[in-house]
Amino acid sequence: MRITSATTASLISTPGAAPMPAGRAANAPVAIAGTGVISAIGRNVTECLGSFEKGAAGMDTITYLDTVHRGQLPVAEVKADNETLARWAGVETSVSRTALLSLIAAREALERAAIPHRVRWRTGFISANTVGGMDRTENFYASFLDNPRYGRLRDVVLHECGSVTEWVADRLGITHFHSTISTACSSSANAISFGARMIRNGLLDIVVAGGTDALTRFTLNGFNSLMILDSRFCKPFDNDRLGLNLGEGAGYVVLVSDAVAATLSSPPGCVLSGFANANDAYHQTASSPDGRGSWLAMKGALQRAGLEPADISYINLHGTGTQNNDLAEGTAIRRLFDPVYPAMSSTKSFTGHTLGASGGIEAVFSVLAVLNGLIYPNLRFETPMTELPFTPTTEFLKGQPLRNVLSNSFGFGGNCTSLIFSKQSR
Amino acid sequence: MNIYIRSAACIAPTTNIGAADLPPLAKPAGNRLACIEPNYEELIDAKTLRRMSRIIRMGVAAAKSCLVEAGLPMPDAIVTGTGYGCVEDTVVFLRNMITRKEEALQPATFIQSTHNTVGAQIALILQCSGYNNTFVHRGFSFENAVLDAILLLREGEATTVLAGGLDELTDTNYAILSRFGLYRHALAGEGAAFFLFANEPGPGDFAKLEGMTTFYRPETPEDARREMQGFLKDMAVDPGSIDLVIGEEIFPEIPTQPYKTQCGEYPTSTAYALWLASRLIKAGVHRRILVYNDYLGVHHAAFLLAAAS
Repeated sequence: MRITSATTASLISTPGAAPMPAGRAANAPVAIAGTGVISAIGRNVTECLGSFEKGAAGMDTITYLDTVHRGQLPVAEVKADNETLARWAGVETSVSRTALLSLIAAREALERAAIPHRVRWRTGFISANTVGGMDRTENFYASFLDNPRYGRLRDVVLHECGSVTEWVADRLGITHFHSTISTACSSSANAISFGARMIRNGLLDIVVAGGTDALTRFTLNGFNSLMILDSRFCKPFDNDRLGLNLGEGAGYVVLVSDAVAATLSSPPGCVLSGFANANDAYHQTASSPDGRGSWLAMKGALQRAGLEPADISYINLHGTGTQNNDLAEGTAIRRLFDPVYPAMSSTKSFTGHTLGASGGIEAVFSVLAVLNGLIYPNLRFETPMTELPFTPTTEFLKGQPLRNVLSNSFGFGGNCTSLIFSKQSR
Repeated sequence: MNIYIRSAACIAPTTNIGAADLPPLAKPAGNRLACIEPNYEELIDAKTLRRMSRIIRMGVAAAKSCLVEAGLPMPDAIVTGTGYGCVEDTVVFLRNMITRKEEALQPATFIQSTHNTVGAQIALILQCSGYNNTFVHRGFSFENAVLDAILLLREGEATTVLAGGLDELTDTNYAILSRFGLYRHALAGEGAAFFLFANEPGPGDFAKLEGMTTFYRPETPEDARREMQGFLKDMAVDPGSIDLVIGEEIFPEIPTQPYKTQCGEYPTSTAYALWLASRLIKAGVHRRILVYNDYLGVHHAAFLLAAAS
């Protein structure tokens, strides 16, 4: 194996070496060379776009997850059992579903990026997830509870979040830099912005960034105990919304330096132009009523992209469908955008809330929106929220002149991150 | 740009925060070390404290103590690294879920099971709405957090970053990791250490961070040594100028002191080593220290520290 490393030698002053000048690249846009996604509405980019056009949501009764809640709570599962996913991924079946989903989407992203001579470049894999290999750990743990010598160790070999990332990176042949981020529902958005910063600071040339999460009994029961799951299909930003539907999947973008972008057969049509991370500092799970963290994240992303609110053509909302999130997010949007609002929708009305993967999956959808001039419908929207002066888009729109798309990801622990994807100026 | 370690605080099996002198060696129970925990009530409000699991207490206490030492009420950013995450809360929720057959579950432990809980609790207690991130990449969790801190300072996004590494050992992860053979030749350990990194020198700085590197799965000890030589060469640092290596032996010509006899093996043990190195430099015992860790032969990391002035 080729040994590679990530050192900070170029960043910090040492007696004998001057650091690379800072500032120059601090807010430069980072090109996106490829996207890959798997979710309840499709096993790749083409299938997901097809489902958007048809208005076909991915929620259904529970089919693959083994839980007592089957038949009671709808979820948005990837429509394949682990054996099928392993076949698609070309690997053994005993692996965590989180890792299988990740490998499928990350590989698609790299294939679609089609970077010539990729091995020449310093490449990183920065992947987010919230529960690692919990889908297998929860089976292991039932046996372990009976007797600590019971339970098959191979069921916990990918338990740690980082081991999922590492297993996938090994199969993608990425050795230079690996990282795993876990900030609840904003995890993937932070992975993407960290990846962009690694490129801006000259530490990497290519980063596959995004995230993955499989449905588990652990998360389903966790959210159920919080009483924020809707027993019907979720209705984001509707006055009569009752909660979220959980989903699963993975989504990755391939971020590249200008030097790598110059080698691509066609120039990337989309760049990550701004992002910001802020903390709501209000409550471990609930958002502040005025959405302070969300507001700070959106405002910060605009500032760093050098854009005004009026420059945003479409917002891919965090829009979980809970009372709390949609009100906080909506209030923050009103504060920032009033009186002129861009088009908005929550694609969670198709994919469910994929937690640690959602920022990655929705980044992919946002990039595809920029590249293809698409606005996705917010399904099942009927009644405007009494507190808000705007409503989400309910139609699938093509041929839209989108210049900048804002993607929101807000999570437990007050972790709020917004990303802005922009049409590449030529 | 220079990076200063303005303060450092640690809860470890050898010490608790505030201890004035270097601690005596830890006393393992079997092959397992547990942190000596401080009187938390001096640092955390009693009502908040009751709701916190052990890892949250250790993390919040180390973070607060680090800020007190730095004389800074609020950092610009908070970054944490944890390999294992909040194990105790995760296990309690998992156990209840299984024994109660997925019925009548309380959300408290689920809420506190997410890996970003400690970083989020620190932000909540400080009312810090700045940048907040959590890295969970096994033996690189703390290294990734420090790298993020370095980037934030360099980008001008922050002038002060509170960054820490922490992991807890519970009966459950001890039992499972023992079955994997992790402690066949090592003591099981845990700890929480926080640092205040700053882009400007301040009074009483512990040390200066000169550089950091990580590398993945070197095939042979020679490969690891070559990587480390390259790291020093990139920074134009003569190995002869290094007074001490804390960690595994990598340069036989430099005096080397292992540290896992004090804190045990865990994914973010380098946070303990960095704390130890910072203290030795602040005390004037050494001018330049290299921390080098080989975690399970997979994750190799190094930090180079020098006297702040």
